[in-house]
Amino acid sequence: MEFFLQLVVNGIVVGSIYALVALGFVLIYKASGILNLAQGEFLMVGAYIFFAIVDQFHVPLLPAFFLTLLFSFILGLLIERWILRPLIGEPIISVIMVTLGLASVLRALVQAFYGTDTRPFPEFFSQKPINLLGIPVATSYIGSFICVSLLVVLFSIFFKYTNTGIAMRATASDQQATMSMGISIKRIFAISWSIAAVVSAIGGILLGNIRGGIDGSLVFLGLKVIPVVILGGLDSILGAILGGLLIGVFENLAGGYLDPFFGGGVKEVAPFVMLVLILMIKPYGLFGTEEIERV
Amino acid sequence: MVAKCGDFKRSYFEDEAIFETHFVRACVVGWIIVLFIFPFFADSYLLDVANQIGVAIIGAIGLNILTGFTGQISIGHAAFLAIGAYTSAILTSKVELSFWISLPLAGFITALIGMIFGVPSLRLKGLYLAMATFAAHFITEFTINHWESLTNGTAGILVPPPAIGTFQFDTDRRMYFIIFITVILLTFFARNLFRTKVGRAFIAIRDRDISAAVMGVNLFKYKLLAFAISSFYAGIAGALLAHHRKIITPENFPIWEAIRYLAMIIIGGLGSILGSIYGAIFMILLDEVLRNITTTLSGIFPYMVGLLASLREGVFGITIILFLIFEPDGLAARWYTIRNYWKLWPFSY
Repeated sequence: MEFFLQLVVNGIVVGSIYALVALGFVLIYKASGILNLAQGEFLMVGAYIFFAIVDQFHVPLLPAFFLTLLFSFILGLLIERWILRPLIGEPIISVIMVTLGLASVLRALVQAFYGTDTRPFPEFFSQKPINLLGIPVATSYIGSFICVSLLVVLFSIFFKYTNTGIAMRATASDQQATMSMGISIKRIFAISWSIAAVVSAIGGILLGNIRGGIDGSLVFLGLKVIPVVILGGLDSILGAILGGLLIGVFENLAGGYLDPFFGGGVKEVAPFVMLVLILMIKPYGLFGTEEIERV
Repeated sequence: MVAKCGDFKRSYFEDEAIFETHFVRACVVGWIIVLFIFPFFADSYLLDVANQIGVAIIGAIGLNILTGFTGQISIGHAAFLAIGAYTSAILTSKVELSFWISLPLAGFITALIGMIFGVPSLRLKGLYLAMATFAAHFITEFTINHWESLTNGTAGILVPPPAIGTFQFDTDRRMYFIIFITVILLTFFARNLFRTKVGRAFIAIRDRDISAAVMGVNLFKYKLLAFAISSFYAGIAGALLAHHRKIITPENFPIWEAIRYLAMIIIGGLGSILGSIYGAIFMILLDEVLRNITTTLSGIFPYMVGLLASLREGVFGITIILFLIFEPDGLAARWYTIRNYWKLWPFSY
């Protein structure tokens, strides 16, 4: 039973980070209908920028955190302006490929500066376990979970009450109507990319702290987000959050119980098996809007 | 199809001809002759590159049939290559079948598995299908890694060279002939496919699947058929790759390979056989040139090894982005533009 609870707790923590990254994913999809396969790279770039600012320029942690966010914000803006905007109206496959190309470039940049070795990550939540309902849980896990929950609440408020947030929701529901209300769609696209880059960077920083070190394998998290958003529904923020937690718990349970039979690696493939099953049974996920096609 | 002034098509038969003019036919025959003389003058390195290009052409045509002509996006092509490679490797090394039987068998078995992967395509479209094939890749990779009794897991399989009697195709030069004869056969098959009912059905599905269904195209049948033909090509490409490399491991077929194939058909031109060939040549040559540059430069500037190692991936990404932004129709379209410009030069009109 304790093993089970341990797996569930781990799953919820990792899942909360999936949820955060999935949030960025869903934002872009909702606003512009683009599937961003470079989300994992955004996460890695964010983590490395934070690492660089703290480790090489010796900036204290909190200012470094905000600097990272600023940098990610600008990165998101530039990517949208230079790479995605020329492709508005192109077929899906072009847009998928351009995000894959972008992913390659970002990976190469990080590798050019930092190589492939694992770098020790600055620690801000300690790894020391504390007792939570009889299960030892690392402080960093609890810290991350609280951070993510706070962010999700913040974003919900942002979408519900701010002008920009409302404009973004309007764009998601009807681009034409939004334009006729005098809202600049281009601005909304740019902002959604920046926000996606920012939330991914936060996810990267939290994950770096949990792992204690960062390397190129951070990008695999970006791949895991795909099952998450498909489960939750590609255009649902609530779905992203719930999907993140569910996939996190599911992969940990699958890994914990099935690894002995398959000789390891189940954790990596389980979300994808889940993905295929979801696509077969309920392709638009838990909360996604069903696309109805008319000729 | 743009034709020169005064070259009027008087029948459907002429309009559908494989070769537009006698000159084109002569060019193709000329190229085939050049390609058959080529191995007698080329060294082992050039032949290795040529073989890689040959395999890539088959794979790219296969992917183009599915993605470019039928409009079903697949990010799982590397998995099909892996299945073909492993099928042929297992059949020749463990079952000790002849290569000449295992090659087509690899194609057919991959086609069968491709059809299974294709089943979701009836229900899923666009992005969702891309995601399903993406997942299929990881599931295949996991299966190959963990079904050790069959695939030897990460250790890989040693593949015996093809043989006729006692004559073994064990050098790059000998493999070259097998690969290039296969390339020519499969290219002509693909070119002809789109002059038939089946090929037209594929294109109708790409352009608008609901309209195609209204016109009496059985969507399920033709989508599955597209998956089957595409996977057949991938299976053959994978099998040839296995016998060319002589050893295969799961690392030969990462998700990166699937992305490279997608890049080939996009750079070459979606929905164009010629484009698949250009794209395959371009990608493989780009990769080889970059590899040579990095090796030479790392010799001169040893402290820049880290930077240079990332060069390949960076240039790959930038190439894709630039092509998509500035040349979205690919090299094949560019080729037609240039050709048509010179055809009437200097008196266009």
